[in-house]
Amino acid sequence: MTAVTQTKRRNRFRRYVPLYIMMLPGLAYLVINNYLPLFGLAIAFKDVNYAKGIWGSDWVGLQNFEYLFKTDDAYIITRNTLLYNGAFIVLGLAIAVGIAILLNEIKNRIASRLYQSVIILPFLISIILVSYLVYAMLSMDTGFVNKTLLPLFGLEPINWYNEPKYWPYILTLVHLWKGAGYSCIVFLAAIIAIDPEYYEAARLDGASKWMQIRRITIPMITPVIVMLALLGIGRIFYSDFGLFYQVPMNSGALFETTNVIDTYVFRGLLQLGDIGMSSAAGFYQSFVGFALVLVSNLIVRKINKENALF
Amino acid sequence: MEQENRIWQWAAHGVLILLSLACTLPFVLLIMASLTDETAIVTEGYSFFPSDFSLSAYTYLWQQSGQIFHAYGVTVLVTVVGTAASLIMTSLLAYPLSRRDMPGGGTLSFMVFFTLLFNGGLVPTYMVYTQLIDIQDTLLALLIPWLLMNGFNVLLMRTFFATTIPAAVLESASIDGAGEYRTYWTIVLPLSLPIMATVGMFQGLAYWNDWNNGLVFVHNPDLFSLQNVLNRIMNDIQYLTTNSNSNTSGALAQLPSETFRMAIAVIGVLPVLVVYPFFQKYFVKGMTIGAVKG
Repeated sequence: MTAVTQTKRRNRFRRYVPLYIMMLPGLAYLVINNYLPLFGLAIAFKDVNYAKGIWGSDWVGLQNFEYLFKTDDAYIITRNTLLYNGAFIVLGLAIAVGIAILLNEIKNRIASRLYQSVIILPFLISIILVSYLVYAMLSMDTGFVNKTLLPLFGLEPINWYNEPKYWPYILTLVHLWKGAGYSCIVFLAAIIAIDPEYYEAARLDGASKWMQIRRITIPMITPVIVMLALLGIGRIFYSDFGLFYQVPMNSGALFETTNVIDTYVFRGLLQLGDIGMSSAAGFYQSFVGFALVLVSNLIVRKINKENALF
Repeated sequence: MEQENRIWQWAAHGVLILLSLACTLPFVLLIMASLTDETAIVTEGYSFFPSDFSLSAYTYLWQQSGQIFHAYGVTVLVTVVGTAASLIMTSLLAYPLSRRDMPGGGTLSFMVFFTLLFNGGLVPTYMVYTQLIDIQDTLLALLIPWLLMNGFNVLLMRTFFATTIPAAVLESASIDGAGEYRTYWTIVLPLSLPIMATVGMFQGLAYWNDWNNGLVFVHNPDLFSLQNVLNRIMNDIQYLTTNSNSNTSGALAQLPSETFRMAIAVIGVLPVLVVYPFFQKYFVKGMTIGAVKG
């Protein structure tokens, strides 16, 4: 009897060996790409010297962090990252919900599909191409805005790539242009899923369209809005590196309003060779970012367990 | 009521038409700019209605085509190989994780999920791929870091496998004597074409549009992808002429630099615009697919 169960167990295990083998390439990749770098976070506490090798470099305790937080940079990049992402979350959600509601009103199937295809277009192109489009608009000597639009109102040309004060608006506009169409599809799916009987009942009671949107559509998709907002807050410490690096063309004159944690880390590592500051900023981002993910998930769990990530 | 409906229809169409224009006009400006005569650009700037058309940017592009075609080749190669490898690895990891009966599945799923919550960031990853395993200036640098597989897609596929492939089908296959590999190949994959198309499309787009890996890990211009070349030209229009074998001083003098930039951008964006309509339905499906849970 015991011999039988033993062979059974062995067979059972042998049965799963092929499954474990199948997973090997993927797991190996996660180890290299995602888990090994976690040990590298220790670089933030070292004075990296390539001659001595990464692990041979001297430990310097919190010195890198001291330098980082003594500069204005730490404040500027934190402020920029939070303010931009905050604006992106609020405006992005509001606009995406608005577009989704309008799309849902379109009765003509072909027109609706056409609008959807067109507003997703900006999402498909690389940020490099976006920077070309922005350049075509804003170039000092040849841009459409300086050459055609501003003269129309009798205004002087503006040297856009040297004036930091305009960039919060430009980058927000570019971000919304690129991303709103994409996120509106998610809301559209949620709106389509609403039971049409609610609207029929409302119509019978004489509710106007506006009333129906305020009292039915928006309350029904609120869980989706809340979830996406919290996911955004969980990622508020990370920014779209391309948007902040490529679109302003890495212009030094604009750093005050375009430098975020991701661009700071990148420049520190690859352009300034300041690995200490760069890795300290990266460490700061990883841990605060992780804490924010945990907190926002906790809030989601409190509101609705179903929507929590874990 | 009827009238109210009509007003809403008109308003919705009006706003959406404006938005559609906002999304397409920049592309039109790009195309028009690439077709404008260089001297007209200097006097009137980029315009929707240029006074003087010229194909000189495209003829110049054709003369300088060596480097551009090379970069196109790199991009196509990386996109095809990367997407295929990514789909294979992702599904091979996701399928076993979808099997509730497999011992250790929960722990491994958490290991995948954790990568979504916490990551080392640029500096440690850079150190792994330059100090530990040096893949700088190889094609692997364009394929592997960050892009090859991500935890989100693994969990997406796992959920798909777990919910759409009936356990009874897998069981009957095993009773009929099919091994795990055979089951995966002849039953799981054919039933999963929608999710494969969705994930494949997102991966393909990510590879086609990637410039970050090239910027971080590649210094040899022979390995530049199209996006990297575009990136370089933006900062330095003479980049192409200094890197080609043509007679530089002559070439530089007649370089239609402003229109030329836009012409290269046009050929960079065209493939995406052409291919997109065929994949649109998977794209929308992928965005609205069921919840991913750890």
